[in-house]
Amino acid sequence: MTVAEIARDLEMDVVSGAALTDRQIGGVYVGDLLSWVMSHAKDDDLWITVLTNLNTVAVAVLSNVACVVIPEGIEVEEATARKAETENVIILRSKMTAYEICIKVYEKLKNQNGYDRN
Amino acid sequence: MSDNIIRLHYDIDADDFSSAGLASSGTKRMLNQLGFNPAIVKKVAISMYEAEINAVIHADGGCADVEITPEKIVVVISDKGPGIPDIEQAMQAGWSTATNEIREQGFGAGMGLPNMKRYTDDMKIETELGVGTKVTLIINVN
Repeated sequence: MTVAEIARDLEMDVVSGAALTDRQIGGVYVGDLLSWVMSHAKDDDLWITVLTNLNTVAVAVLSNVACVVIPEGIEVEEATARKAETENVIILRSKMTAYEICIKVYEKLKNQNGYDRN
Repeated sequence: MSDNIIRLHYDIDADDFSSAGLASSGTKRMLNQLGFNPAIVKKVAISMYEAEINAVIHADGGCADVEITPEKIVVVISDKGPGIPDIEQAMQAGWSTATNEIREQGFGAGMGLPNMKRYTDDMKIETELGVGTKVTLIINVN
């Protein structure tokens, strides 16, 4: 399941990194404490956070997540979108809550890959 | 191999808290270019970012010096901040003196120093009240 497929099927806006969305998603991580995210998110996770400042981009790069998803229609700051573009970070924006996004992405991963994350 | 050393130096700017991370992302890029194992790169990047953020939050910035050899990567983050009164307390997960403004940016969870310890093979803190703090992070390559 690629980022592009998730964005299309779940009707998310692509805020940055549109050219990179063929990246595969390995799992999902939700969190807003950046240190916690850095130490627990896995490579290729789809990371859901309400934080939209520049640090979000830095943590996405350092953690090597597949993409960042901003839930509940929260606006992404212009500077963040620009930085994400230069750092090759994909940011998606969804009207759904983090919980709804988790469920929908889980269902998609499960159907496609027999997803079973420990 | 020991004369095969690459040294990087970065100033950590405190003017804009949001732009912190330039030193660690620059180091990450260099390590990737040099072909280091991604797991090693991640350890360096995360521990260094935490130290960099700490220098910004608590000490109005500082500088970072990185020494890369085939055997290990040594990162030294130095600042001229207030120093750490009680290192043992600071090392406790969840302990933080960060302000609300910093917490709103997603930091201040009290996980910075514990994360540095977790992602390094050796870590040293030298601190003096009113003088500054020097954090040395060592990541072994093998």
